[in-house]
Amino acid sequence: MRPADPLNRREFLRRAAGAGLGIALAGGLSGLAFDPEGPAGLPREEAKTGLPDFSLPGTAGRLAIARGAERRETLGLALRALGGIESFVRPGDRVLIKVNAAFASPPILSATTHPDLVFELVRLCFAAGAAAVVVTDNPINDPASCFALSGIGPAARRAGAALVLPSEGLFTPVSLAGGSLIRNWPVLTGPLAGVTRLIGVAPVKDHHRSGASMTLKNWYGLLGGRRNLFHQDVHRLIAELAVLVRPTLVVLDGTTAMMTNGPTGGSLSDLRETRTLIAGTDPVAVDACGAELLGKRPEDLPFLGAAERAGAGTVDFRRLAPAEVSA
Amino acid sequence: MSLITARRASQVFFTALFLWFCAAATLGERFSELSGWPVNLFLELDPLVALATLLSTHTLYRGLLWALLTVCVTILLGRVFCGWVCPFGAMHQFVGWLGMRGRSLPARLEKNRFLPAQNLKVLVLAFFLAAAALGPAGGGSLWAGLLDPICLAQRSVNLALLPFLERLGVAARGEPRLAQGALAIAAVFLAALLLNLHRPRFFCRFLCPLGALLGLIGRFALLRIGRTAEACSGCGLCERACEGACAPTGRIRTPECVVCLNCLADCRHGAIALATRPSAGGEIPLPDPGRRAVLAALVSGAALVPLGRVGGSTAAAWSPSLVRPPGALAEEEFLARCIRCGQCMRVCPTHVIQPAGLEEGFEALWTPKLDFRAGRSGCQHTCIACGHLCPTAAIRPLRLEERLGTAEFAGRGPLRIGCAFVDRGRCLPWAMDRPCIVCQENCPVSPKAIFTRAVYPPVRMEEPLRVGEAGGERIGLAAGRLEAGRFATGDYFVQLASGRRIRIRGHGEREIELSAAIPDTELPAAGSALEIAIRLQQPYVDPRRCIGCGVCEHECPVLGKRAIRVTAENESRHPRHRMTL
Repeated sequence: MRPADPLNRREFLRRAAGAGLGIALAGGLSGLAFDPEGPAGLPREEAKTGLPDFSLPGTAGRLAIARGAERRETLGLALRALGGIESFVRPGDRVLIKVNAAFASPPILSATTHPDLVFELVRLCFAAGAAAVVVTDNPINDPASCFALSGIGPAARRAGAALVLPSEGLFTPVSLAGGSLIRNWPVLTGPLAGVTRLIGVAPVKDHHRSGASMTLKNWYGLLGGRRNLFHQDVHRLIAELAVLVRPTLVVLDGTTAMMTNGPTGGSLSDLRETRTLIAGTDPVAVDACGAELLGKRPEDLPFLGAAERAGAGTVDFRRLAPAEVSA
Repeated sequence: MSLITARRASQVFFTALFLWFCAAATLGERFSELSGWPVNLFLELDPLVALATLLSTHTLYRGLLWALLTVCVTILLGRVFCGWVCPFGAMHQFVGWLGMRGRSLPARLEKNRFLPAQNLKVLVLAFFLAAAALGPAGGGSLWAGLLDPICLAQRSVNLALLPFLERLGVAARGEPRLAQGALAIAAVFLAALLLNLHRPRFFCRFLCPLGALLGLIGRFALLRIGRTAEACSGCGLCERACEGACAPTGRIRTPECVVCLNCLADCRHGAIALATRPSAGGEIPLPDPGRRAVLAALVSGAALVPLGRVGGSTAAAWSPSLVRPPGALAEEEFLARCIRCGQCMRVCPTHVIQPAGLEEGFEALWTPKLDFRAGRSGCQHTCIACGHLCPTAAIRPLRLEERLGTAEFAGRGPLRIGCAFVDRGRCLPWAMDRPCIVCQENCPVSPKAIFTRAVYPPVRMEEPLRVGEAGGERIGLAAGRLEAGRFATGDYFVQLASGRRIRIRGHGEREIELSAAIPDTELPAAGSALEIAIRLQQPYVDPRRCIGCGVCEHECPVLGKRAIRVTAENESRHPRHRMTL
């Protein structure tokens, strides 16, 4: 057997170059990936602050109370008393209507905004020249079922509005300046993009934790994330929402009020015909007025006082000299 | 069109149809949803499902009558179901074809040689049928669903493949659904498919209990594959792609033939025919697993159910965490019907129905169980979809009136699938001095099953508070400090010695503003201790109202182990699980 060839120069250089390259590559990669700190804790992502103010100058403190059993009629009456839909929606406006579609529950149970009201409001917005109307909510139950079963989805579409169901990409973190709860919190801001007018439409409902669910509590439906936690400080949260969300107009539907077993209801015996629809530009006043339909005083609803002190409106709605109209 | 092309087209068609039905088993009225599609068709065409439930319940439920069609076709034509219809068979055939590509003829012939182990599937069949027929309560248990090819495929597509695709962003509606145990289900499915790389149609040849059953039923098939007397050169080419490994060259084993017709196409001498006359090479009309082996399979199958229940899973030691869907029969009758196909889980709009894992015992493996954390919500109390889809009525089709306890069912009250229990050690208002009652808010029944009682315990303070000056709506503090904003939430009160409580509206560090004036006669004396109380609404469950829907458990903010949880206590399906008078 022949002894192996000794290492010749060419082979030596080839190996040396290969080895050098290998070491350089390993060293270079290690250097690039070297991390002396280890992972940081939770990222402190600074949220964008607040939401746009949708209230219109010169319309502050308007309040109308319309009595009647027919929602489309009382809505028309109330709006006329406020100066007509034209004073809130101008040609070319893009309107977002925030409904209460929290539960997959039929309209007859009054746990959600009534579809007739949604239809009429959308229709009026378009009649006033709105370029687009969007209807949205982030419900508690499955969104598609909620919009379908509550009748809101079909009504909105029939009237020509676009329906926006919540999805992850539509939420962005929001902080309320001076707020202690709404800090870096995911809010359904996607549907607000390009919107020039915001209208809230909510039913009057009993709510065991907060006392009542009306137009202010309705903004809860703009929150995402683990919003259940806010139940632990629900009055402050609603007061913060009242500061965060400044609508153009709110409509509170007390045609049928859910007196007990709220906010889900589930039985006709939970309801009472209270034949009242309240509309206004001051959600605090509107809710204070609506509280009477539930047989509650403003003192029973601490979020009202808190919202007033935070500068979001007036609890003593009579001071605003509400226009009272009847069908 | 040649017969082979027709067979392939048939296989592609039925597989596509099967997958389409799986995907379409979604609540809704759109074309791609449950808008009248017979989504149970394959399960209903499956004679093993029909026969096993017939043995366990002595009845043939609704659509299972379709199995008669398969039986008749098999009696006339042999196992055409396996070769032309079965979607799982088509998948096996495809993977097997991949595995055989590029192999030499001798290697192919070797892979398609009949092996005595193919008799094993008859034993599997005997084992499952005995388990279905015999149990402590007369009817046995449908373990057959574990290996029945249609059940296995349906379950795998419903509970692993489709949720996996949703996760990849294909056809997801909203958040992708969670699917418990998908990995185990997928592993069985993939293992069955990958075994085809070892031998084509491995599952069909060695394991499939349905194939075994159809082989027996096809004993007297009118038309069958066989050799003609003349022309055969004995080249063996007919076994080149023989799917059933039924040995058409020699004495053909008719119960193994899946009527793939490859032999017919591969024979260059015209020596193979699909004909009424017996094969010239002779026939072996029945499988031969051996009498003793069959007896052993029957005996062990018969012992399976009683043995599995020795632990009392259907008696005193029933699992409280096994909350079954609404309409599920009492556990023994349920197990006598449930084929673990996953249709109820597929159709559930909130995906709260999940396959049980081994934590509920072997016998409950992959049967439906409500998981209130994995679902998108609890069980919607106005939904009765699962029972209407269940192909074997393990979940009975309910009318909404029955579920809600209205109309003629008013006397019985609503259907209960369990009962919620508050865990007072974890519940925020009970254990942590925090208001919450999210559970109460979301309770969907009327009147609510969750009610609250308000208590006003004194707040834990780092240092005692002492009254300074008090009058009207104000109390100044002589000692102690208030943390900024902490007590201004509307849930805190000043507790007066008289028993009266007045809500705190706001406060500074050393001064409290009340929402109402203190009556002069009740003014606290300067220097006296000041007590701040918090109003806590503590949740209780009324078992007369609670239907066990689990919406409360789903919504509870104590996310890990929920502070309110539903267990199967008080479920309507079991009078002996009753909890209250």
